[in-house]
Amino acid sequence: MTDFIATLLNDPIVTTVLLAFVPLVFILVYALVVLYGEMKMAAHIQNRLAYMENGWHGTLQPFADMLKLLQKEDIIPAAADKFFFMLAPYLVFVGTYASFAVLPFSSGFIGSDIDLGLFYLVAASSLVVVGLLMSGWASNNKWSLFGALRSAAQIVSYEIPGVLAILGVVMVTGTLNMQTMTQMQDGGIQNWLILGGNFPLGQKLALIPVMVLLFVIYLLSSMAEVNRTPFDLPEAESELVQGYNTEYSGMKFAIFYLAEYANLFLVSAVVVVMFFGGWTSPFGSFMSGPVWSAFWFVAKGMFFVFFNVWLRWTLPRLRVDQLMYVSWKVLTPFAMAAIVAVGFIMVM
Amino acid sequence: MLTEFGGILAFFIVGAVFTAGGLIAAWLLRPHRPYPQKNSTYECGEEPVGTTRVRFNIRFYVVALIFLVFEVEVLFLFPWALVFKQYGMIAFVEMLVFLGILVVGYAYVWAKGDLEWDKPAPRFGKNAAATVYEEQNETVLG
Repeated sequence: MTDFIATLLNDPIVTTVLLAFVPLVFILVYALVVLYGEMKMAAHIQNRLAYMENGWHGTLQPFADMLKLLQKEDIIPAAADKFFFMLAPYLVFVGTYASFAVLPFSSGFIGSDIDLGLFYLVAASSLVVVGLLMSGWASNNKWSLFGALRSAAQIVSYEIPGVLAILGVVMVTGTLNMQTMTQMQDGGIQNWLILGGNFPLGQKLALIPVMVLLFVIYLLSSMAEVNRTPFDLPEAESELVQGYNTEYSGMKFAIFYLAEYANLFLVSAVVVVMFFGGWTSPFGSFMSGPVWSAFWFVAKGMFFVFFNVWLRWTLPRLRVDQLMYVSWKVLTPFAMAAIVAVGFIMVM
Repeated sequence: MLTEFGGILAFFIVGAVFTAGGLIAAWLLRPHRPYPQKNSTYECGEEPVGTTRVRFNIRFYVVALIFLVFEVEVLFLFPWALVFKQYGMIAFVEMLVFLGILVVGYAYVWAKGDLEWDKPAPRFGKNAAATVYEEQNETVLG
């Protein structure tokens, strides 16, 4: 029996598949924490109580929610296009989860260390838009359709400045591989790209303002891409009920929800890798190593998740014309200017 | 032979298997008691009115077109971004020309007003509310 397990573990296909489960476990635990944490933070920000009934300060509430969603009747509206209605949650979740393949969780763990890294991530997470549009159209419901259209328009609008910001970072690092990108920033906080990276002093000082600009552009567009307040027009509950997932119930709804939270961590992780040194320790070689680096990666990622939640419950929702204005007339020109600036600095 | 892209395939498969597993588990556990009212399209509890396939704002279409142009441009920029440091100034200037052509198109779209969305006209001043009421009264009462 032990021999059998040993041969099984030596098989590259089995290990690859096993490794592919690791981020899934992480996502599930993370979703429970954030589900609880977000409601609690929201409550404290807006001065009200949140979960208090189940367990100490409502800590068992996420589990209760999970059980409830599992048992809930699944309603497929008679008017809906059944096949696409059922396919949409798959696209949304698979698109999100496939993007986790290239996240360097620690110096010793990355799902798939491809050189295409970031580029692949942008491409795979675009599957989510297809899923959202599909869910809205197949639901055959006016709220869903408008939610999906808004969502698609918003995501594609903000993808431009977001991808341009990624391009700026790629011009600096000269690689798309996220693990290599992180290793470039190893050696302490002064080597993080937001502080100019590991370059000669003159270049470093010139890079700092550009990197901060790129960081702000990417942060804003990533928040818009995950459809959260102040950019949550697609599911503006006072106008569109629940947006694209109005008709979804039970486990299908839970999948959408899980994908949204996973996406939130994904964009936070990309921010961390591109600007804040990924899994590298801020103290150089102190507190580094595979386990510590996983800790740093998750801690930094969770900080940006927290930041997102914080903004969500503090700011009101944007109007649609303001949303388009910010994307096309503010972020895009600034992103293009930043790219030209990065080019100048790197060539000089 | 398993390349690094095999890992990517594994992630796609695991994602799909997890979704399917969750849905199947729920399918085994949940009740299933449909009736016509429950299965009707949700419209705040009212009977659904008309068709869902209504006309929507043409601007969504325009945004999609502009997005396409920019996205293709970014696609061309990525390979360049990886290697331009090796080729120095000449590669940079060439890309500036490419970007310049795009900026001309972008300026054209901007000047034509295709990036504008309908926005509520702001009303200022002390009597803004009163003015709105008067206008309403005029249109309604004639």
